[in-house]
Amino acid sequence: MEQEASPEIVIRVRDLTVGFGDHIVLDRLSLDVRRGEVLGLVGGSGSGKSVLMRTIIGLIQKRGGGIEVFGVDLDRASEAERSTIEHRWGILFQHGALFSSLTVRQNVQFPMREYLTLSQRLMDEMALAKLKMVGLSPRDADKFPAELSGGMTKRAALARALALDPEIVFLDEPTSGLDPISAGEFDQLIRTLQQTLGLTVFMVTHDLDSLHTICDRIAVLAGGKVVVTGAMEAMLASDHPWVRSYFRGTRASAAERRQDRQPVEVR
Amino acid sequence: MSNGPVLTSTIGDGRLELSASGSWTARHAGELERLIQSVSTGGAASIDMGGVSAFDTFGAWLLERLVRERRARGQEFRVTGLPDHYRGLFGEVAQTNLEAPPPAARRNALLSGLESVGRGVAAAGRDVFPYLNMLGALGAAVLRVIAHPRSFRLTSAVHHLDRVGWQAVPIILLITFLIGGIIAQQGIFHFRKFGAETYVVDMVGILVLREIGVLIVAIMVAGRSGSSYTAELGSMKMREEIDALRTMGRDPVEVLILPRVLALVIALPILAFLGSLAALYGGGLIAWTYGGMSPDIFIERLRDAISTTHFQVGMIKAPFMALAIGVIACAEGLRVKGSAESLGLQTTRSVVKSIFVVIVLDGVFAIFFASIGM
Repeated sequence: MEQEASPEIVIRVRDLTVGFGDHIVLDRLSLDVRRGEVLGLVGGSGSGKSVLMRTIIGLIQKRGGGIEVFGVDLDRASEAERSTIEHRWGILFQHGALFSSLTVRQNVQFPMREYLTLSQRLMDEMALAKLKMVGLSPRDADKFPAELSGGMTKRAALARALALDPEIVFLDEPTSGLDPISAGEFDQLIRTLQQTLGLTVFMVTHDLDSLHTICDRIAVLAGGKVVVTGAMEAMLASDHPWVRSYFRGTRASAAERRQDRQPVEVR
Repeated sequence: MSNGPVLTSTIGDGRLELSASGSWTARHAGELERLIQSVSTGGAASIDMGGVSAFDTFGAWLLERLVRERRARGQEFRVTGLPDHYRGLFGEVAQTNLEAPPPAARRNALLSGLESVGRGVAAAGRDVFPYLNMLGALGAAVLRVIAHPRSFRLTSAVHHLDRVGWQAVPIILLITFLIGGIIAQQGIFHFRKFGAETYVVDMVGILVLREIGVLIVAIMVAGRSGSSYTAELGSMKMREEIDALRTMGRDPVEVLILPRVLALVIALPILAFLGSLAALYGGGLIAWTYGGMSPDIFIERLRDAISTTHFQVGMIKAPFMALAIGVIACAEGLRVKGSAESLGLQTTRSVVKSIFVVIVLDGVFAIFFASIGM
């Protein structure tokens, strides 16, 4: 986690093609993610945002193109290299995907137990530390996922994603299903953690407030390609019809007004 | 990731000077914890973090733990030279684990053993109520459906009849055929010793029609269809589909459970009948090939040995067993809670309890039929 002078590309996607049957979801798509940034990926429903994320992390087979993570081509990576890379990223699934038969503490400890040899004491302390960092109390540690509210599930899942101190965190719609207040708090949490831990965040989202508040760059997916990337200003300046209706629609202007009224506190 | 963590200590002026370098990260946390624990205790000390090349929450926590342990003993301990870009992280981690974790409850092993026995007995007693409740709800649903026949879910009932009845036929036929053959083979083998081979036909006929045919089929159906009912209803419960149904003013018992149980009550006697035929066929085939008894003689002996009473005894039991399996499977399905584990647990319980109840019912019927002389 050394500090970088120039932005280093940690994920490099080139000419990626993914399809199911006759349907091509991603068509020769290219995208770069820089170290230390929060990249928001937006697009209409069914535009392939989640497919892109799942292809990068290896849950979906691609048809063509290449993906490099930390400069390693995932197609040519050996088993050991791939495993090393997998320790360096953490994933927050849309519905948390906590293991329902384990308590929150055991969920957070699961990656530590699998990949590190630590004493039980250190694992307990680290699990509680991670839970504290995502805003859960030690009392929540021994609850089962079924006993948690939606926001707590997301926080616990984030703690598990951060268990091994990854360098990249993939977030699949982190604020979906949360009320606006919890969503705002979750955005702030991601921002704070991103800054203290020096994370690179790759976030699939629909939430205009999140895009305004925490994303350094936004990539818009339409027609199987990334049509625009850049900061919010670039989005507002874009002529692409989907981008225009997304970022300049009624909901977008409302979100923008909220941002203007309440300047964001960033620690 | 680079080299492992290094911690060197020097003693100067009675002070312990620690100097850290290398990566203080998750990958090396185990090693690092041992290094830190091996540091000699003593008076005032300080640690120079200037040489650390990588530092994450694991390293930060271990450093914080060292600081806290030292200070708790009233020793002076200073952290110097921590690179600026790690300060925020260290500060954040220093805020954690401040409140003591809730102590794990330690209890007397004997007492907790007794307690679990007691709870188990109480739970077993309480277990009866959901089934009675389900039986009552089912009865009420039947009455409502009789009053308003249009509300009956015919399509659903036919669909389930296809699944638990028609699609179960091949496997039921195969298993009962084999069991009929095995009974005949064992009978011939042992009866041959005292020249009573012809009585094998009586044994196969009576055993299959009265007991084995329906019992084996009921156990198969409990494992095959009862478990799928529990799993289906359980996952519907998990995904709040049952609550959704209720809010739309539909009774889940009427919509989901009645068609399923009815399908079982219709299917099980038919399957038991087909199964009994297959078992007799299997017995006859073995009597011919292994015992040398021609099919004509087998059928002739069978006609003498069995009467419709035996057949009736078997068939009367079948719908009751089906009802028991259906009620238990559906009641267990509705008891599923949020987790995948609970779904598995209730499915197992559903199968185990259905089979148990089927066997108990069979025994009760045996006493009943014996006392009325059937």
